[in-house]
Amino acid sequence: MTVVDEPARSAQPEAAEPVLEARRVTKHFKVRDGAGRASVVQAVEEVDLALRPGRIVALVGESGSGKTTLARLLARFYPVTDGEIRLRDVAAAGRPDKAYHRSVQLIFQDPFGSLHPGHKISYNLERPLRIHGHATNRSQARQQAAELLERVGLIPATDFLDKLPHELSGGRRQRVVIARALAVRPEVLLGDEPISMLDVSIRLDMLNLLARLRDEEDLALLYITHDIASARYLCDDVAVMYAGQMIESGPKEAVIQQPMHPYTRLLVAASPDPSRRRAADGDDLDSLDAGPDEPPSLIDPPTGCRFHPRCPFAMDECRVQLPEPTTFGDGRWARCWLHQKGRSHELIPAAH
Amino acid sequence: MTRPDTDDDLLLEVEGLSVAYQAERPVTACDGIDLQLRRGEILGVAGESGSGKSTLITALTRLQRPPASTTAGRILLHDQGRTVDLVGMTEDELRRYRWNTVSIVLQSAMDALNPVLRLGSQFADVIRANDPDVTTRTVLDRTTELLAMVGIPANRIRSYPHELSGGMRQRAMIALALACGPKLVVMDEPTTAVDVVMQRRIVRQILRLRRQLGFAVVFVTHDLSLLLELADRIAIMYAGRIVEIGTADQIYHRPRHPYTRGLRDSFPPLHAPLTRLQGIPGSPPNLVRLPPGCAFAPRCPEAIDACHDARPALRIIEDQQVACHLYDVADRDDVDDVAMSR
Repeated sequence: MTVVDEPARSAQPEAAEPVLEARRVTKHFKVRDGAGRASVVQAVEEVDLALRPGRIVALVGESGSGKTTLARLLARFYPVTDGEIRLRDVAAAGRPDKAYHRSVQLIFQDPFGSLHPGHKISYNLERPLRIHGHATNRSQARQQAAELLERVGLIPATDFLDKLPHELSGGRRQRVVIARALAVRPEVLLGDEPISMLDVSIRLDMLNLLARLRDEEDLALLYITHDIASARYLCDDVAVMYAGQMIESGPKEAVIQQPMHPYTRLLVAASPDPSRRRAADGDDLDSLDAGPDEPPSLIDPPTGCRFHPRCPFAMDECRVQLPEPTTFGDGRWARCWLHQKGRSHELIPAAH
Repeated sequence: MTRPDTDDDLLLEVEGLSVAYQAERPVTACDGIDLQLRRGEILGVAGESGSGKSTLITALTRLQRPPASTTAGRILLHDQGRTVDLVGMTEDELRRYRWNTVSIVLQSAMDALNPVLRLGSQFADVIRANDPDVTTRTVLDRTTELLAMVGIPANRIRSYPHELSGGMRQRAMIALALACGPKLVVMDEPTTAVDVVMQRRIVRQILRLRRQLGFAVVFVTHDLSLLLELADRIAIMYAGRIVEIGTADQIYHRPRHPYTRGLRDSFPPLHAPLTRLQGIPGSPPNLVRLPPGCAFAPRCPEAIDACHDARPALRIIEDQQVACHLYDVADRDDVDDVAMSR
């Protein structure tokens, strides 16, 4: 395998080579408003991301931050505007879809819309097995479909093969969706909020299943979520997006317990934590009440660091340009002018 | 049944409230709900989908529509020295209580606000409904004041709902619910459609406004971790019944019902050390085919024979209320052992 000339920020000496990588990926969508005027949604701006076998990266951020767009770019749902997606260090552009999707599978949020409602579970699973040539006849396909169900904890499989999707609960349906993604024997699973539509009491079960697929089958996983606590529970690394820009990334405990970007700090401080009682009365976020309270429009996003209109530390540079990443060891980096200006310490007091 | 020290303190008493959806086989979505709410108290109601928490809200506010109907129970409202039962009231009688005594904030502000009316005229409607003789000037002043309470600038009065961000719409709904000085504001998942940063801001505003204005809140959500930070007391619902009521501290540190414990342990911590969590095996039950005993028994790791035979009643165990056969032994030492062994 060729040696990859990786940007310093994602280099982890002992880490495995990435299976799937986004390099400086940008996506702009052309849209028309009600009056027919064309404009451009700058959904993802120069984003880097690397997924490695046996590791889970959590991609976190608010709605509209570009998480889903990035996942769909990685799954080649649409082409990149600029930059490159590389699978096993080969450019993804131009490869046949079928071959690509044999390696990279995307799981959607909604387990109700992801399965063919008119066909049995067996059909939903056997179809990808047949299409991708893993099963050559009916009995082989059925046998493999049963094995897939067992791998995702639907045991005994014979109880589920002949059911229609609507006969299963949401949690079981999402397991079938995962089983179907596994049918092609992928190297990468991209999960776009895979648990957010499930009942609270069965979400952990699903997270434990994803962790098992990482540990036992060495899958590379992307876990997209807005729930920092579940990201911390499941993943190895966290990448934080804000308004289309990737602003911080690194090992989960480093990023969550001592954020190095003001937005990450805000996101962690705002997340519910059962062990923090009535922090809400402590008014620890008062400084934020002054600025705009929600992410900007991506049709006309703020210049420079897109977080600057909400940032308590904003300075002139922030309005002009997003700084290059500052690295902190462990493969951790953040893109914030505070670090460039030697003011990193100002972020630390409020960190947990 | 527990009663607070002074009855003056009580705002709402729900007694044996049952709500059924009439179908070929009627489905009982709320079954014998007992609740008390003190003035100025925030009561959280936590439950999964199908637990009956939203049905409870529409029954409390008498906003339910067929096929849902209240089949038993009373909703006693104690206000201005009088006690009324909302259950038997006609729509005309109810109108005297809507907005100025009981108001509601719904999950989706986009659906709850009228899309073709400016924000200002929706506030004017509510304010005028309560006091028809009020002047235009007063309406405008009052609207400005209400919006300011939730951090919305006055220039938004002329905006249409679609011109506001999701978080702003939701806060406008809260301001609208407070327009006539209600004693009780019922909130149905008011923060599920907004991002965490906005959610935190809304929660803080609710706490601050409650402190200023003294209204009580019934706050319904599936997010127990949010309730632990917001609510004074929390009621846990499962399959149409309340299985436990306790203070936020009790629910977090000493949950009595195995379901409450499982639900609490379904939320991984943000800062505390990580351990492997299990969630709750199985799925929530189908209300059409509830088991004869405790509805949670098929998923319960501690179920005993009694759990499969008879429904446990909600009763007081020390200062918490719990519906669970594990506490059938009246001996207090045993009860403590059960709780402490968790």
